[in-house]
Amino acid sequence: MKKLMLGNEAVARGAYEAGVRVAVAYPGTPSTEITENMAKFSKEEVYCEWAPNEKVALEVAIGASMGGARALCCMKHVGVNVAADPLFTAAYTGVRGGLVVVAADDPGMHSSQNEQDSRFYARSAHIPMLEPADSAECREFTRRAFEISEKYDTPVFLRLVTRIAHARSLVEEGEREETALPPYEKDARKFVMMPGYAKGRHVAVEAREKRLEAEIDSLGLNRVEMADTKIGVVCSGSAYQYVKEALPNASVLKLGMVYPLPEALIRDFAGKVEQLLVVEELEPYFEDAIKAMGIPCSGKDKTGLQGELFVRKVGRLFGGEEDAGPMETPEVPQRPPVLCPGCPHRAVFYVLKKMNLTVAADIGCYTLGAMPPLNAVDSVVCMGASIGMALGLEKARGRDFAKHTVAVIGDSTFVHSGITGLVDVVYNQGNSTVIIVDNSTTGMTGHQPNPTTGQNVRGEIAPQLDVVKLCQAIGVPSVRVVDPFDMKLFEQVLREECGKDGPSVVIARRPCALLIKKKGEPCTIDAEVCRRCGMCLRIGCPALVKAGDGSVSIDASLCTGCGLCKEMCNFGAIKGGER
Amino acid sequence: MAEKIKDLNIVICGVGGQGTLLASRILGHMALSLGHDVKVSEVHGMSQRGGSVITYVRMGEKVYSPMIEQKGADYVLAFEELEALRDLPYLKDGGTLVVNTQHILPLPVIIGAAKYPENILETLRARADVVALDALPMAEAAGNARAVNVVLLGALARRLHFDKALWLDALRACVPARFLESNLLAFESGYNA
Repeated sequence: MKKLMLGNEAVARGAYEAGVRVAVAYPGTPSTEITENMAKFSKEEVYCEWAPNEKVALEVAIGASMGGARALCCMKHVGVNVAADPLFTAAYTGVRGGLVVVAADDPGMHSSQNEQDSRFYARSAHIPMLEPADSAECREFTRRAFEISEKYDTPVFLRLVTRIAHARSLVEEGEREETALPPYEKDARKFVMMPGYAKGRHVAVEAREKRLEAEIDSLGLNRVEMADTKIGVVCSGSAYQYVKEALPNASVLKLGMVYPLPEALIRDFAGKVEQLLVVEELEPYFEDAIKAMGIPCSGKDKTGLQGELFVRKVGRLFGGEEDAGPMETPEVPQRPPVLCPGCPHRAVFYVLKKMNLTVAADIGCYTLGAMPPLNAVDSVVCMGASIGMALGLEKARGRDFAKHTVAVIGDSTFVHSGITGLVDVVYNQGNSTVIIVDNSTTGMTGHQPNPTTGQNVRGEIAPQLDVVKLCQAIGVPSVRVVDPFDMKLFEQVLREECGKDGPSVVIARRPCALLIKKKGEPCTIDAEVCRRCGMCLRIGCPALVKAGDGSVSIDASLCTGCGLCKEMCNFGAIKGGER
Repeated sequence: MAEKIKDLNIVICGVGGQGTLLASRILGHMALSLGHDVKVSEVHGMSQRGGSVITYVRMGEKVYSPMIEQKGADYVLAFEELEALRDLPYLKDGGTLVVNTQHILPLPVIIGAAKYPENILETLRARADVVALDALPMAEAAGNARAVNVVLLGALARRLHFDKALWLDALRACVPARFLESNLLAFESGYNA
């Protein structure tokens, strides 16, 4: 019986069937659901965890593999940057139990800060990489990745893109393969990567890659689909689906293994077709490699480096289809994502904007504080960057600049990679004020627990990291906890902390509005009292609605009764609510 | 067994939080029970926070791309009027638009930076075959204000000519037990509208 599965769910299924015992990740779109699905298998079969960040996650997985267990580690493309340090050396140590690293790329940046192409990691770290094209292949390739990992003594990458990770298609499930844990043996030459031993392992890396290249066709992951020989297309993953639909008559070389590349197969395929095209999203990764083999080909000159491909685009560029032009969207107001009604971040950014502070922000729901009408954010770069950047701004522009500069970082992001930034501020005698917006969850990726929430990936009670004590232990002289919905107090605390010499941490603590199951009594506006000044609209709450005549009403179906608008009103026109 | 269809492409659009994912899952389940190949492309992450969301459901003999493109949809199922207008270009010539007449104002409109378009239904009707429902009160009457998605699915089901029992099976398979009764009522009210 076939099941309709999300690509990510199918990766989890494949890993489960491969007998994976340890699954570790930090949440990141579009990879999050793999680990969420791993946590649905029984504890006896699969140990599963959210790690503080991708580097730690991979280190746990490497340890599990060294201990003989099959281990899965999942991350989004930018997470690979965080995990890159252990990754490049895990390529040297190789594995005991199979080790598979999922890198989920996000062409088109649906929920990311860049469009980097993870395939280059495979090439530069010498780690084989598989790329599935639908959910059935997500399951199958994950299983195969574990076999290859053990057979060639190497970590193996599974590369996904958003349209594979977040698309559902049909999957035939298989049985779990139970693998026995081998006895533990110490092997310093394999796992202690100091120069003397690492030199030996580098030799092993090259040898296994040569062996893999020689045996690559026997793995059966790459497939030639011969048709009309006028055009031959090299492609993989999502691009394969677009090519099959847009160019049904073309011959296709579908690469299931995107590193290393099957040179003999590519050469043979190129020899059978009149024109060789390469259709790939993001970088000309295949194209450059094929050109380096001395085989003429093209494609990237037309597809470009940005965004996603799709069927019409491929048809238009390569199939001689009439150019329908970009989709004509009617002139309608945009509907950007917004902070939810009742969101505690709204109060934080309103106060920051009111105080006209320079705000180095970070990655999470609170990135939306950059949107109108709040417009309160100066920078967002990567997980944890806010704190280091606030310090850098101070070191560049001086102490007085620091008095009106803050870093804003979420609870999960702070644990991910903000702690070391805070250590730097203290150690190098900065004066930064760091606001930790603590909403007791990892919000944007769908409410995963983290070390500060007191729950683990399975929703069980877990030790809770005390952020106040942590900041004090780092040496921050002033650590204060405030409810951001008390905006007057929050503003006063910020003024005091920004004015002080030395670093400060202000923890703006209030749980995510979506975590509160029971909605509060909605607020209402007394039209008789309302002066139509628009003051309440400055907080950008989607539950407040402005009519053509300037009057404001509250959508009771959206309002959580948080009462923030009530605090904004100078005339007492807003009633009700929880506070 | 219901009739086999060649290809069927359905775009589901709305505002993050309106339940487009459940609707696409139910449609996917339908396709499965009809023995079709099927792909559903979803939106997760940032855009779910009250932004425009769009989900594609494709079924047929063999489905390659998970996405539906301009003039590629046989049906557009719109959970909100402005989103219907935004995503109308997906509809094939001769396709049908099923639209919830509810208005959810986007932030640029709320803060007065943009205007919610007037007479959207007339614009839509001039360009497509339109089935319009006021689905929110219908869902509320069924006992579940969040079942707007299933009211609209009911209206779509009426036009797709698949065996109704299969729809009910798909609902039972995809809707959590404690919401099933209200969702079955919501489906009926959309079906009979």
